Amino acid sequence: MRPNARHSATPETDAPPFDPAAARQRCLRYRKRILDISQQVTALHVAPAFSCTEIVDAIYHGLMRWDTPGRSPDVFVMSKGHGCLVQYVILEEMGVLQPDDLALYCRPEGRLGAHPDVETPGIEASTGSLGHGMGMAVGMAYAEKLQGRDGRVFVVLSDGECQSGSTWEAAMMAANLGLDNLVAFIDMNDFSGLERMSEAHPAFHPLLEKFHAFGWDGAEVEGHDARQIHEAVTARLFEAAPFVVVCRTVKGKGVSYMEHVPIWHYRSPSAAEYEQALAELAEVGG
Amino acid sequence: MRNKFADVFYELGKVDPKLCIVVADISPAGSISRFRTEFPQRFVNTGVAEQVMIGMCAGMALRGLRPFAYTIATFVLFRPFEFVRDDLCYQNLPVTIVGIGGGVTYSTLGGTHHAQEDIAIATAIPNMAVIAPSDPAEVEDATRWCAQQTCGPVYLRLGKAGEPVLTAGAPEPWQFGKLRYITRGQDVCILTYGPVAKLASQLAERFRERGESVSLISAHTLKPLDEDGIIAALKAHARVVVVEETAPTASLGRRVKELAWQCGATCRIDAFSLQDRFIHCYGDHAELLAAHGLELGALSAQLGVS
Repeated sequence: MRPNARHSATPETDAPPFDPAAARQRCLRYRKRILDISQQVTALHVAPAFSCTEIVDAIYHGLMRWDTPGRSPDVFVMSKGHGCLVQYVILEEMGVLQPDDLALYCRPEGRLGAHPDVETPGIEASTGSLGHGMGMAVGMAYAEKLQGRDGRVFVVLSDGECQSGSTWEAAMMAANLGLDNLVAFIDMNDFSGLERMSEAHPAFHPLLEKFHAFGWDGAEVEGHDARQIHEAVTARLFEAAPFVVVCRTVKGKGVSYMEHVPIWHYRSPSAAEYEQALAELAEVGG
Repeated sequence: MRNKFADVFYELGKVDPKLCIVVADISPAGSISRFRTEFPQRFVNTGVAEQVMIGMCAGMALRGLRPFAYTIATFVLFRPFEFVRDDLCYQNLPVTIVGIGGGVTYSTLGGTHHAQEDIAIATAIPNMAVIAPSDPAEVEDATRWCAQQTCGPVYLRLGKAGEPVLTAGAPEPWQFGKLRYITRGQDVCILTYGPVAKLASQLAERFRERGESVSLISAHTLKPLDEDGIIAALKAHARVVVVEETAPTASLGRRVKELAWQCGATCRIDAFSLQDRFIHCYGDHAELLAAHGLELGALSAQLGVS
C-alpha cells in the first residue's frame, strides 16, 4: 500500500450482508441452470461463465446495492462478454429476465445472445469485442463523480483482455482520474481463446504488479472463494485510486472434463456429458 | 471553423452541465481553453490514447452525460474505429466525435494526418450521422444541434482555420439532414460541403460570369442524406456539379449519380473529389487540394467555363 493510506468506512458496508455458504448454493444453481441452457443450443460459452461464476455472484449479491430487484445506483459491466450466461441466470433469479428469455437464448424470436446487449433489461453495456469494457467503465465511474452521485462501477475482465492496449489506456486514465468508485475483477483463468497464456505469453505475468505500476490498488485472491473475493473489496483502503481484484480461476470450474480444456470455450456438452457434469457439480456441492 | 466550434461549445457548456469534452492530446484551441479553465472537471485529456477517449465518452453517455470527443480527424475516427463502431454506434449513444482537419487540411503533415477517406468510413456505420459544415456559420448551427440532439452518435467534420463565411446571405436556415441553398438558380447546381465550399463558390462565379444561373448548395449533412432534395435538384437543373474534399469511394458524387440513375435524371453530372491515392506532397491546403485536382483553373477547364 502506498504511504498515508487511511482507513475509512467502506461504501460496501451499506450493501447487503454476504454469506459465503449461501453464495456457494447460488453458484451451484447458476452452473446447473447454464448446463440446462447448454442443451438448447449447439455452442455457447459454458467454461468462460463457470470461471467467473463466484466473481459475478459476489458483485451482484455482496457488493452492489439494490433499491429494488434490478434497480441499483451501482453499475455492473461484463467486459468479458462471453461470460454473460452467468449474468443472465442471475438476472433471471432476480426477476429482471424471465425464464422465457433464457429458453429463447440465441434464437431469432428471443432477445439474448452469446454476448450482452445494452438493449436487454439489466445489461448496462454491449460487450463481446474484448478490450472495450474497461474504457466504458472508466467513463461511467467518472460520470458518477461528475454528477455528484455515489454510484460504483464493477467491471469483470478476462485475463486475455489485459493483453489489449485499450485496457491499459483505460487503466491509466482510471488512476489519473482517481476513480476510487471503480473496481475491476480479472478472471485470470490462464486461457485465452487459443492457448494457455502463461505458456504462450509468459511476460504477461505478474499481472497485479502491472496494475500497481499503473496507479491502482489491488489484491489477488482465489477466484472461486466467495469470501476472499468479497473481503478483498470490502476491506480495501481508499486512496483515491481504482481497485483491482486479480482472481485466480479455473476455466470450466466444477466439471472435470471442462477444466483447462480450450474446446469448452465454445462447445456445448452432449447429453451424456451433461449428465456427468450435473453429477460432478452435485458431488462437490457447488 | 475550429475557433467557432470552441466559442459555441463554451457558450453551450456554460449553461448545460451535462456537456463535456474528452480530447486526446490536442491543444485546446480558442474558447475550449477557457472552458477547461472554468470547468476543469468537464474537460478530460486522455493523452495519446484515443481508444479510451471514445470508450470514456460511451461510458459517460451511458450514465447521462453529453460528451464530445475531440481531436484531429484521423485520430478521432481511424485510430479508435472499432470503439466508435461498437461503443458509440452499436449502442447508439448521443456522443459527438469532432474531427478537426477533415480531408487534407493538415497539408504539411503528410498522409498520416490526412482524413481523406473519413466520409466513406463514417457514413458506412449504422446509426452514425455525419455533418460537414460548409463555413463557420454552419459550424455554429451544427454544434448547437449536436449539443441538444438525443438521436445517436454524430461525426462532426470540421476544417481548421481561415474558412470564409459563405452562407450569410443564404435564403434558408441550416437544418440537419436537409440540403441548404446558399444561392438559388435555374441552370447549374453545385453541391458541396466542408472547407472546399470556398472553391465551389468560386466555381459558381465562373458559371455566372458566362451568364448561367447557379444554385450553390451546402450538402452539409452527408448522413442521413437529403435524397429527396438531391433528386429535386437533379430534376431542376441541366447541369449538376459536385465538389468535395473526400476520397471517391462512398462520396457524395457517387451517391448523386446513384440517385440520378434511380430517378431517371437527364442532367449532366460532373463530380470532383480527392483522388483514391496517397499523394506525397506538402504545401498549404489549397496546394494539396490542387495536387488532387481540386483547383479552380483545372475544374473550370474540365467544365468548359475557364
